[in-house]
This record gives sequence, structure tokens and C-alpha cells, in this order.
Amino acid sequence: MGGNGESTLTDCLKGASRRVVSSGPFYFVFLGICAVVFIGGVIAGIHSVYVAGSRHAYGTYREIPLGMLIATYTFFVVTSTGLCLLSSIGHIFGVEKFVPIGKRAVFLSIITLLSGFLVIGLELENSLRLAIFLFLSPNLSSNIWWMGVLYSFETVLLIVEFIFLMQGKHKISATAGLLGIGFGVAAISNLGGVFAMLNGREFWYGPYLPVFFIASALLMGCAVITFFTPIAFAIQRKDVDDAMASSIESVAKLMMVMLAVVMFLTIWRMVSLTVGSPEKQMALNIFVSGPCAFTFWGLEITLGLIIPFALLLLSGGKRIGLMVLAAAFVIVCAFFARLGMVVGGEMVPLYWDLGVKEYASLHQYSPTWREILVVLAGAGFCGMMFLLGEKVFDGFAEEAAERGLRAKKKVDEK
Amino acid sequence: MIIKPIDREEKRSEMSGSVAEMDRREFLKMGLVITGVVAGGSLLSVASAADKLFPGDSFLKKYPYRPHYAMVIRVDQCIGCLRCEKACVVANSVPAYGWRTKVLHKEVPEAIGQKREFIPILCNQCNNPPCVRACPVTATFKNRQNGIVMMDVKKCIGCKICMAACPYNARYFNEERGAIDKCDFCLESRLSKGETKTACAEACPADARVFGDLSNPQDRVYKMIHQLQKPIWVLKRETDAQPNIFYTKG
Repeated sequence: MGGNGESTLTDCLKGASRRVVSSGPFYFVFLGICAVVFIGGVIAGIHSVYVAGSRHAYGTYREIPLGMLIATYTFFVVTSTGLCLLSSIGHIFGVEKFVPIGKRAVFLSIITLLSGFLVIGLELENSLRLAIFLFLSPNLSSNIWWMGVLYSFETVLLIVEFIFLMQGKHKISATAGLLGIGFGVAAISNLGGVFAMLNGREFWYGPYLPVFFIASALLMGCAVITFFTPIAFAIQRKDVDDAMASSIESVAKLMMVMLAVVMFLTIWRMVSLTVGSPEKQMALNIFVSGPCAFTFWGLEITLGLIIPFALLLLSGGKRIGLMVLAAAFVIVCAFFARLGMVVGGEMVPLYWDLGVKEYASLHQYSPTWREILVVLAGAGFCGMMFLLGEKVFDGFAEEAAERGLRAKKKVDEK
Repeated sequence: MIIKPIDREEKRSEMSGSVAEMDRREFLKMGLVITGVVAGGSLLSVASAADKLFPGDSFLKKYPYRPHYAMVIRVDQCIGCLRCEKACVVANSVPAYGWRTKVLHKEVPEAIGQKREFIPILCNQCNNPPCVRACPVTATFKNRQNGIVMMDVKKCIGCKICMAACPYNARYFNEERGAIDKCDFCLESRLSKGETKTACAEACPADARVFGDLSNPQDRVYKMIHQLQKPIWVLKRETDAQPNIFYTKG
């Protein structure tokens, strides 16, 4: 039996490596770029934290302790939770149209989560201490502690879910998936809580961020699936089949709903900032007419919400090119939205109300090239794992067979 | 971008018509109710006055620590000589890129009379410290004996969330220690070695920083806090951090 198991595993590995090797030159070019960016970013990050010192290498400082890397971590883990939620619609809650995207969504959820861990690992000054003291010296009142523990459990559950999903063991997979959703939602709301419970920071404080993060997660999940699925089919040199096209159409519709929800939340967020403390109004001004105005109006609102909504409307759920473009805008602009959210919350000086010279102007933040390299490391890892995953798992080929069976079953029923 | 600060003093005057009266109320709320303490349950004259303003026994509690270290900063006494900053640097080996205490400068050229003011700031050793709540690994904690917010440097993961959580900008990352650093009222460098004052209080030539024990009715800090003649206030009261750095004038 052991021999059979070994031989099956060897066959799988041989098949996977054969599929990777037989890929075309474009595949290798993209894989190479992703690998180089990933390795370069990791080296830059390690050098920054452990050799040069983050004070010299990163753009963060005493008044802006959280910068682009925290925003990137937020971006990845929010996306991961969104993909986890999206995958559950089909293979846990049984909505037929969402079944075809399930495996890829779970796989992408795992790799985006790992990308997030990679980036935060290169941001923390002492990652090793985290691994030790997260368990030896826990602080149960800390949102970061809960977030760390919950995301650790979610990672394990997602991997279990994926393995059993690939083996076609849907019951175990669905159970792990259901638990994964619970942990994922709890983790992402705690991530919101990391910011939302800092009552010294007017822009973050309050129940808005945990709610916003969940809505934003589902939007990101939809965008990532809409963007990567057609690319996955291109890698396989196949046309998107009917069942998958119908699934992408449903995901695109859900994306439109989530764009509207995120727009609604963003509008009321900004409207609510017009009243209240002067600090809140200053934070509002940063986005409306201050240093973050271009990011907010140009990227977060126009290119990140309005134009994708219009493109999806134009696509009618059929024109995949337009949908991919809309999804790309959502993904890229969400990154800048996270950056604005993190940095914007720190720009108003804590002592500005004293009227002192030292804190008479807004704090400024510019990411360094090393921070950008670490961000690219996360993106490179994500891209590399996606490209390899599509080949190793043969484009999640079982889905096509399952889809065929389901279609046959439907015909038989009729 | 230059920020135009709102004149809060003006607003206060408009609201109450009497700054002094307002400040007394603020003091009673902040110093007693928010800090949640009254020395040994034996605060007589102030307790009875406070009781008139805030009926019930909400503030009739004991100071949580023995000694309960606190500092009163007499803002109008500060001459901006920065000797406190220098003494702190020497006593606690603070690197050039960081600070544990700082003196802020305020200039109001159109003011009548005094046109410049100095406002010393440092860790407020809060009774309800946001940094301690935020730290995932209890690398920062309240000393159970004296209430000082301390750092356990070997546990610090350098996530910097405590820096973001602190409403007083009292923390920085110390490269040499590989951990967050902050004011500990000189517990490590002086108090633990038998000294009775912090380096900054010791160095101040104008007696602007008064360090002492809030749980001891004979202590100067106790006496300065438990009076009604002079206004007492704290910074960032709205965060409910319950600070132990008090400010006064006059």
C-alpha cells in the first residue's frame, strides 16, 4: 500500500514537473520575473531589517510607525479572506454557479495569505520573537494577538480544505472550509480592530473599519478571481468553457454589488468625518484636498470603484476582457486605498491641538525603494505560486470533469 | 500644509465664562474620577467638595499602586533650557535619533504679555495604557507595584503597534536595544538604585517638573494635585488613558 502511495506521489510529481517544463516561453518569462522580484524583495527586506536597520531602510519613523508594508499586509490578508468567502458560496453553501471557481479561490486564498505573512515578516523587527512569544506570552486584549492566532488557524484550515477539495472529499473539505470562514472573518475583523480600537487616532477609531474590511474583502475576492481565472485558462492554452464563463459572470455581478456597497460605506465614512472633532475634519481634509487627494479621488474612488463598475456594466457579464480590466483596476487601486487608510490615520500630529511649533504641520510619508521591493516580493511570490499552481494542479482540471458530470446530470434530469 | 490650531482656551471661556471654574471641574473629573482614585480613601476636604459636584462613590477609591508615581508639570515655570532632555539622555542612554522626554515650544506673537510657552512631554504612565492593551506579547506592561509602564525588551517583536496606540507619542524604536524604548520614570537607571527623583526632575533648575508619590498624602505631588486653588489638567483626556502626568499653572 505504501508502495502504491509512493508511486502515486511520484507519478503526480512527474506529471507536475512535465507540465511545468512543457510550458511555453511566455510562461517562463513571467515565472522568471516573479521569481526574481520575489527573491530580490526578500533579500532587500532581510537586509533592511537585520543589516541596515529599518530606521535607515524604511520610510517609517516615530510619528508614522506604520507604513506601506503594513498596508500591503492588510491588502493581502483582506484579499485572502475575500477569496475564502467567495469559494464558500459554491462548495460550502451549494450555489451551483460559484462551484467552478472554488478550488482556484481556495488556492489563491492560501497564497495571498502567505504573501501577507511574507511581507509582515519583513516588516517586523524581530519575527522570531513573535513565533515564540505569541504563544508563551500572549496578551488576550491585543487585536494583533488574536489576528495572529486566528490567521494561523485559518492557514491550516485552508490548506486542509484545499487538499480534501482536490481529492474530491467534499464533506471534510466543506467542514474545514466552514471553520476557515469563521476564523477568517474573525481574523479580518480583528485586523480592522487593530486600527479601530486605537482611540488616540481619530481617523481609525470606531466600528467602521472591521465592517469595511469584510465588505472590501469580498470585493477583492471577486476581483482576484475575475482577473486570474481567464489568465489561468490562457496558461492552459484553453478557451474559458461555458460553465466557467457563467461562473465568472456571477462573480462579476457580485463584484458590482460589492463595489456599490464599498462606495456606500466610503461615502458615509467621509460624510461622518465632516462632523465631530477637529482632528477628524483634518483627517478628512487630507483625503479630500490634502496630500492624499489624488490617491483618494483619482485611484480609490474613480479608478478603483466608479470605472470598474462602469466597465462591468458595459461588459454585460459576457465580455471577459472588460471584466478582467475592471478587476485589475479594483486590485491595483485597493492597494492604494489601503495605503491611504494606514498612512492617512497617522498624518495628523498627536499634539497639533497644543499649537506648538514642533507639531504645526502634517506628518509626511514616502515609501523607500526597499519598501517597494518588499511589496514586490509579496506580489512576486503570489504570481510565482499562481503560475506554478496552475501547472502543478493542472489548471484544477478535475473541475472540468466535475462540470461535465454536473452538466450530464442536468441533461439526464431533464 | 500648516495647521491652524483651534483656540480651545477661547472656546472654554465662551462655554463657562470662567476658565478657573472649568479647570477645577476638569481637575476633579480627570485627577480623581478618570484616574479613579483617592488616596487611601481618606481625602477629606477635596472629597467632600468633589462629592458635591459628582455625587455617589464613583471616585472614592484607593490609588492602585504603592507608591503611585506621578509627575506634576508646572508649565509656567518651564524656561525651555532643555536640561531635562539632556539629563534624560545621559541617565538612560537615549540615542540621538530618539527621545524619552521633550520640551515643546509654543509661540503666540500677538499674545499680551508672555508670548512664549514651553510644554514638557513624556510617557504619561497611564492607568489605562492603550499601548499595553495593543501589545500582542505583553512586551510592554504595567509594573504591578508602582504603576510604571515598562518594557520587557527581550519580548518586543518590533511591530510598533504600541507606537501607533500611544496618544502621547512617547515611544520610539531603539536600534541598539532592538526593541521599543520609552520613559520609565528612571526606574531602571535611578529609582531602583535608591534615587528619589527622575533625572529630568532633578535637572530642572526651575522646579517645573515635580515628581512624587500620589498615594502618599505627605508627598508634594499629592498636595499639588489635591487642591482647588490652581487649575490641573491632563493631555488627551478624551482617550480615557487615565494619565499620571498632570499639568498646572500659577
